[in-house]
Amino acid sequence: MIRPHRRHPLFLAFLLHRTSGILLALFLPVHFWVLSLALTDAAAFDEFIRFTDLAVVKLAEGMLVFLLAVHIFGGLRLMALEWLPWTAMQKQLAAGAIALSCFVSITFLLQVI
Amino acid sequence: MNSPIKTRHVAVWRGEGEIGHFETYDVPAYDNQTVLDVVSHIQHYIDPSLSYRFACRVGMCGSCAMMVNGEPRWTCRTHVNKVVGQDVLEIAPLRNLPVIKDLATNMDPFFEKWVKAEAVHHSSSSRDDDMTAVLPNDAERKKADAGIECINCAVCYAACDTVAGNADYLGPAALQRAWTLYNDARDAGKQTILEAVSGVGGCHNCHAQGGCSHYCPSELNPMQAIAGLKQAATRALLKGKL
Repeated sequence: MIRPHRRHPLFLAFLLHRTSGILLALFLPVHFWVLSLALTDAAAFDEFIRFTDLAVVKLAEGMLVFLLAVHIFGGLRLMALEWLPWTAMQKQLAAGAIALSCFVSITFLLQVI
Repeated sequence: MNSPIKTRHVAVWRGEGEIGHFETYDVPAYDNQTVLDVVSHIQHYIDPSLSYRFACRVGMCGSCAMMVNGEPRWTCRTHVNKVVGQDVLEIAPLRNLPVIKDLATNMDPFFEKWVKAEAVHHSSSSRDDDMTAVLPNDAERKKADAGIECINCAVCYAACDTVAGNADYLGPAALQRAWTLYNDARDAGKQTILEAVSGVGGCHNCHAQGGCSHYCPSELNPMQAIAGLKQAATRALLKGKL
């Protein structure tokens, strides 16, 4: 339940940026561990690659791409806010970052499914 | 005066200091009724011991801000019908400030931070000097003008989660005032201001959540002012002046 004073677009953009950042930080160690298998245990690595062929894993990858994209585009908005001349349309830019992230992640899913 | 069409149930925070609870009052509901009208009705006709603060009733003095249904608002200019979805009205003291009693908060921490942010005039001339020319179309003047109509209501301060999470954070209003002075041709304290706002609790703590700009009743944009301070402080740092 989001408290009333937080129910506005830029707070939700903040929440999404933080949440995606935390989830990506949790993902990265697993990602590097799997990559390390290619060097240390080829058989286990091949088995994991087969596991990633499951549709549910592809969906999870699509979500991961969304998290990456929304963190990048949302981060670019924040960097522009702090470094470039002021742009009044912050809500629209935040919505645009989410729309672009949806486009990127859905395009990814259409490629892999 | 319109005749009452119904009675509204209003939950009002009662208590001293940190200890308190919501008490419910039945208040006549009118078509044109502000939240401050509701609070005043309770104090005038139901419980004269209710403490709250107001002065001008026309959105100039900034003293009547309260949490209305969980959102910070200037109550004298907030129509009940615009904030009440389902006949529920909950009125509480402003968030992020210590409560004195009922709906009255202690504003000292809010204004002490204005001083900490060096949001005070730093004189650049004496009475013997000519007056500084303030050109309305000057780029810096426009930046100052954008934030100059602050009424010190602390709505932005109550809306800010960075204030809630960091007791040292100077807050949107103090930083915006510092920004207006930084861009004021008459102020001689640019360096002092930058040093004050770039330290612990300064502008770099802002997470750009935008609650200040979303709720500012005067439709100012403290988030923009804070971004301006961040840029100015960073530029000063790169030039070795900070």
